[in-house]
Amino acid sequence: MSKTKIDVVHISKLANLPLTNEEKNKFEKQLDETISYIKQLEEINTTSTKPTSQVTGLENVTREDIATKSLTQEQALSNTKSKQNNLFKVNVLIDND
Amino acid sequence: MTNLTITKALEKLKNKEISSVELTKTFLERIKKVEPKINAFVTVTEEEALRNAKDADKKRANGSDAPLLGIPLSIKDNFSTKGVRTTASSKVLDKYIPPYDATVVTKLKEAGMVLLGKTNMDAWAHGSSTETSDYGQSKNPWNTDYLPGGSSGGAAASVAAGEVIAAIGSETAGSIRQPASWCGVVGLKPTYGRVSRSGVIAMGSSLDSPGPITKSVEDAALVLQVLAGVDPLDATTSPLPVPDYLKNINREITNLKIGISEDYFEGVDTEVKQKVEDAIKVLEKLGAKIKKIKLFSPKYSIAVYTIIMRSEVSSNLARFDGIRYGSDRSFFAEEAKRRIMLGTYVLSAGYYDQYFNKALKVRSLIINDFKKAFEDVDVVIAPTNPKTALKAGSDEAKDPMFGELADILVEPSSLAGLSGINIPVGFSKKGLPIGMDIIGPQFGEQTILNVAKKYEDETEWNLKEPNL
Repeated sequence: MSKTKIDVVHISKLANLPLTNEEKNKFEKQLDETISYIKQLEEINTTSTKPTSQVTGLENVTREDIATKSLTQEQALSNTKSKQNNLFKVNVLIDND
Repeated sequence: MTNLTITKALEKLKNKEISSVELTKTFLERIKKVEPKINAFVTVTEEEALRNAKDADKKRANGSDAPLLGIPLSIKDNFSTKGVRTTASSKVLDKYIPPYDATVVTKLKEAGMVLLGKTNMDAWAHGSSTETSDYGQSKNPWNTDYLPGGSSGGAAASVAAGEVIAAIGSETAGSIRQPASWCGVVGLKPTYGRVSRSGVIAMGSSLDSPGPITKSVEDAALVLQVLAGVDPLDATTSPLPVPDYLKNINREITNLKIGISEDYFEGVDTEVKQKVEDAIKVLEKLGAKIKKIKLFSPKYSIAVYTIIMRSEVSSNLARFDGIRYGSDRSFFAEEAKRRIMLGTYVLSAGYYDQYFNKALKVRSLIINDFKKAFEDVDVVIAPTNPKTALKAGSDEAKDPMFGELADILVEPSSLAGLSGINIPVGFSKKGLPIGMDIIGPQFGEQTILNVAKKYEDETEWNLKEPNL
């Protein structure tokens, strides 16, 4: 089996996950081991097999489009550390300038 | 009194031999006594419990006969409980007070439960030992040097230690059956979609199945009856009608066909193997027929499960950014980070087909393999775990794949969304419990409960209590 070098810095950026240098080194090694393990699946022929993403067999589950009782604004905000004018306060995502 | 089953406690409540307040106080005292040794709980809800119990007594006096009226239960700390701290055993959610109840909790409240507290688990349900909990490891009541299993380790320990009558846990692959096995109690993993996931802090959304951990098979049936059913808040719940789980529980099992696959006994400890084989002989004596079958090797399930679960973990945990609730992502401990990293990697551009899609395809093979098996047999029986409980801090428990290796025998049925129940079948020479897994097809709960009950009636393993 060929070794795959995992770019932990790139992956941690994708995952929005701050890592210490120590963690980066540790995970690089451990993830590599796990990848070698899961490569066992290459032994199995799946050329004519369809993937299963869920086991229920249910499709297009819908409900009547009726508004139901939901959380109040106060309840929804009850656990946040960052609010302003009864809204969640987040960092700027789109800068108009 | 702390060894009462739900069935017996309900009898006493109905006959006015005892009130729910008395019952609740007995369990709260027991918690105070043994909790320093067991650490099964993250939060004990004494005030709420006494309030629930008073309400239950009032309701009973007014003629109510709700199925769990006045029964003290624990709930795993990944179920949202309105007004009661819910941490999933992670510091990210240390101060999180949910503003709503999980559907399962709503149903239990309607059924009249008394909530004694929220039980400890592996953080985010990531593990098979409770060692990844940010609130300390729980102990195995049969020997406190040993692990209780996980992730519902606190739940199983709370039942085995007599701190509650029954517990609600959740299983992604093994998290109910494995700790039930190591703690010597009954643990039922319902079919995926039989019990709502709404309000449960998600781990693997295509796998998570809430279910009961109890002292008897009948109790498991009783609790499942309350939990099961379609929920508009969880589109994956099945619209199939919920059968009466107690109705056929005592049916004779003559002509029942039990499938045994040798692969599931390979690498299993001699003592565990022996006890499970003895248990199968008991079922044979009751008229069941054994059929040798050949299931897809469980070793591939570890790889499939690792890929699917970690992908779903990385996606589900992406929401924890500390904006709406909880703390920011720097609060994740090592195991969650490791899983998020692998999940993100296998889902990332260039690797999706090679790993994630490949795993979904092998998952189809596992599903079809079980479907074929259940054309010939009614249930499949195997050891729940290859070993009895491991010692806390052992090298084996430190392996980054430990959780997966510990759950090798329950992962295939979880990937296929099947029903399964762990029942105690004896003890090792060291005095640690051994469990057997009875696996049924999708929506096979009635059958597995029936088989489990017939076995339990012949033996007394479930009546044994640890010395605490």
